Amino acid sequence: MTHPSEPRPAAPASTRWQRTVYFLIQDLGIAFALLLITLVFALSAPYFATSGNFLKIFVQIAINTVLAAGMTFVILIGGIDLSVGSVLALSTVVGALIMTNPALPVGLAIPLATLACMGVGALCGFINGYVAERWKVPSFIVTLGMLNIASGAARVISKNSTITGLPKSFTDFGTLIIGGVIPTIFLIAIGIIFIGWIILRFTVFGRFIVAIGTNEEAVRLSGHNPRTYKIAAFMLSGLMAGVGGMVYLLRLNVGSPIAGSGYELNAIAAVIIGGTSLSGGKGSIIGTLIGACILQVLNTGLQLLGVGDNFKPIVIGMVVVFAVIIDTYRERYLRTLELR
Amino acid sequence: MSVDSPLLELRNITKRFPGVVALKSVDLVVERGDVHVLLGENGAGKSSLVKLLAGMQQADEGELFFEGAPYQPRTPLDAFRRGIRVVHQELNLMPNLSVAENLLFEHLPRHNGFVDYPALYRRASALLAEVGLDLAPQTRVDRLGIAQMQLVEIARALCYESKLLVLDEPTATLTPREIARLFGIIKQLQAKGVTFIYISHRLNEIYEIGNRVTVLRNGQHVATRPIAELSLNEIVQMMVGRAIHEEHAFHPEVALGAEILRVTGLQRTAHDPAVSFMLRSGEILGIAGLVGSGRTENMRAIFGADRRVAGQIAVDGTPVEIRTPHDAVRHGLGLLTEDRKHQGLLLDLPLAINITLTDLNKISRFGLLRSETEAREATALVQSVQIKTPSLRQIPRNLSGGNQQKVVIAKWLFRGSRVLIFDEPTRGIDVGARREIYELLWTLAAQGKGLIVVSSDLSELLSICHRMLVFSKGTIVGELERADFDQERILALAYQEYLRP
Repeated sequence: MTHPSEPRPAAPASTRWQRTVYFLIQDLGIAFALLLITLVFALSAPYFATSGNFLKIFVQIAINTVLAAGMTFVILIGGIDLSVGSVLALSTVVGALIMTNPALPVGLAIPLATLACMGVGALCGFINGYVAERWKVPSFIVTLGMLNIASGAARVISKNSTITGLPKSFTDFGTLIIGGVIPTIFLIAIGIIFIGWIILRFTVFGRFIVAIGTNEEAVRLSGHNPRTYKIAAFMLSGLMAGVGGMVYLLRLNVGSPIAGSGYELNAIAAVIIGGTSLSGGKGSIIGTLIGACILQVLNTGLQLLGVGDNFKPIVIGMVVVFAVIIDTYRERYLRTLELR
Repeated sequence: MSVDSPLLELRNITKRFPGVVALKSVDLVVERGDVHVLLGENGAGKSSLVKLLAGMQQADEGELFFEGAPYQPRTPLDAFRRGIRVVHQELNLMPNLSVAENLLFEHLPRHNGFVDYPALYRRASALLAEVGLDLAPQTRVDRLGIAQMQLVEIARALCYESKLLVLDEPTATLTPREIARLFGIIKQLQAKGVTFIYISHRLNEIYEIGNRVTVLRNGQHVATRPIAELSLNEIVQMMVGRAIHEEHAFHPEVALGAEILRVTGLQRTAHDPAVSFMLRSGEILGIAGLVGSGRTENMRAIFGADRRVAGQIAVDGTPVEIRTPHDAVRHGLGLLTEDRKHQGLLLDLPLAINITLTDLNKISRFGLLRSETEAREATALVQSVQIKTPSLRQIPRNLSGGNQQKVVIAKWLFRGSRVLIFDEPTRGIDVGARREIYELLWTLAAQGKGLIVVSSDLSELLSICHRMLVFSKGTIVGELERADFDQERILALAYQEYLRP
């Protein structure tokens, strides 16, 4: 007796070709930008396209990549972590103190220091996440507080001095260059990006991070407790700040309470340039790696072109904003493609 | 512009939303100096009409005339400029500012570029006195009770020279004394030549204040008559109408099973009346009542989505502790909210992710997702609830309302939930797709699940439910078996508590 309405004709599933184009724009658009910038500098800046220069870039990129990997998780859930720079400083101080402790044999001191760095970072991250979730404080505020707290703690513990005299085997490992072009610390950074990619792509935890960033209420009403996962994301960011501290020790061989100042902003910039949305839910860790590369390539390239240290930040600042503007257009274009 | 042209005239106004027609070629004339009462059930088109007048939305077809001249507001500011002010049901006050600043926000008295606070407070005091609010004008708005906020909102509308004032349910939160005062103010302004459009669910008060009444039903204009000519019964009859909805054949052959859910003495706050009811396996239990009568609120409280202060819940006869949605889901409950887009779906993530969100353990091992299992399970569900989608990669944003609802249903089927609570299951869904949703509900009931359906569409409840509960002002005022279903009786019950003086 009823007349069911005409079923909407279901559009055909997208072809492999359409999906490839989509993937290229979504995930690799930013890689093209990196390629382009690199090419421009290679053609215009003297010494840019030398293995020595690339080696330098690889070394310089490591810390920011590690921090930005952790930051990606926090930004994906719609938060922010301003404390990573000073948590890094705190962990360099703790790590350096353990390694320079004469009572400890080197073979024990190094692994102990590594664990301590990571532990300090993870603890700071946990506190960030717990306070933000338990009392519903915006993460901007909580981590701003932690920025000061960790920085102060680093100064207290180090008695406001730099700590030198790390074991030789440790510093040798830090300056090791595998195959002549791959520094160990760059390898660590790449390893972390790879692990982050696996987590986001293939684990239940990663699925929750993306889902919470997209619609936290829907996740809650589906019978889950978003709080746990959000705290874990902050912990991960803190952990990466600890690892970043370790990388800092490997590279610069000193523990310092003033290390890492301003690093949080570079990490955020790398994540944003990499296409992760500040409102959460959208982003990729590969993008973050590329974002970190773009920042460093710009930095080095401009330097080689003779742009003064005072002008460099102006250019980089504009690039960050420009990247976000481009990103909104990219989003809009992807919408029109309507992948099925 | 002639003097005898009506103040406001709507000609052939049509407003469409995706999947629904909110207003269908509505003609309406509002005479100068009237208090024109606008009536209709939930979803009859009153709010859409108000939004058009206020410039918040634009009509798809038809013309509006104000004082004989064409009226095409694009923004609320256009409406203000023509002398039309709307007091919305949802309050639009700035909670962090003072009462005075809220009242005179658009016209803060100034002195050399600074706000002249003494003058501001003087003028605000006068306005407050006019609505009979005994308040210091410096009080911050977030310190006020809801009724006081409502009066501030009304006072704000009064402080401008308005020709037409639209009041959308102004008395919903007011006490009889405040209502009397409000009516006094309306009559005063009416005497000064201000025209009113007055929307209310409280049918007994409209005789006191209204001159003419217009009834809308399903987005269509039913009648406009002097209010004195109509009895309450006639008005209700016009609001309900004869069932013009397509009749949905009921599937009565389902044998009801054992009790699956029992709610006893549920109270959201200490002031709310206690709610108790039970649901049997295989049963579709309808929840009728006006918007704001506690239907949705109580369902959310049962599910642990919102707080409650008292109440026991038993599943299969065993008492269970439900404090959070997590507990509810563990005990086999599923909630399908009215706001699918914001509370049910991950709009921009693929279908497969949406469907499996309720139970990721099923598609993972040691914390690692098994994408093949996920694809297999999701595909099976897409087929069984018949989601029309080209692939599992599709995102819900690109699906029709009916298919979005099916995704939410699939989500709970994936979890294996046995008690499903649907809030407005077919809101925003077109007629053809509705039919499919109903079929799906019957299938689920036949499988032995217990279904609760909250709906503002009475004909929907009449055609799909075994039993119905009627809410009025937070209380269950009636329980009807299918044999006793009767539109007018249900509507009378729904209004019952609101008609009490």
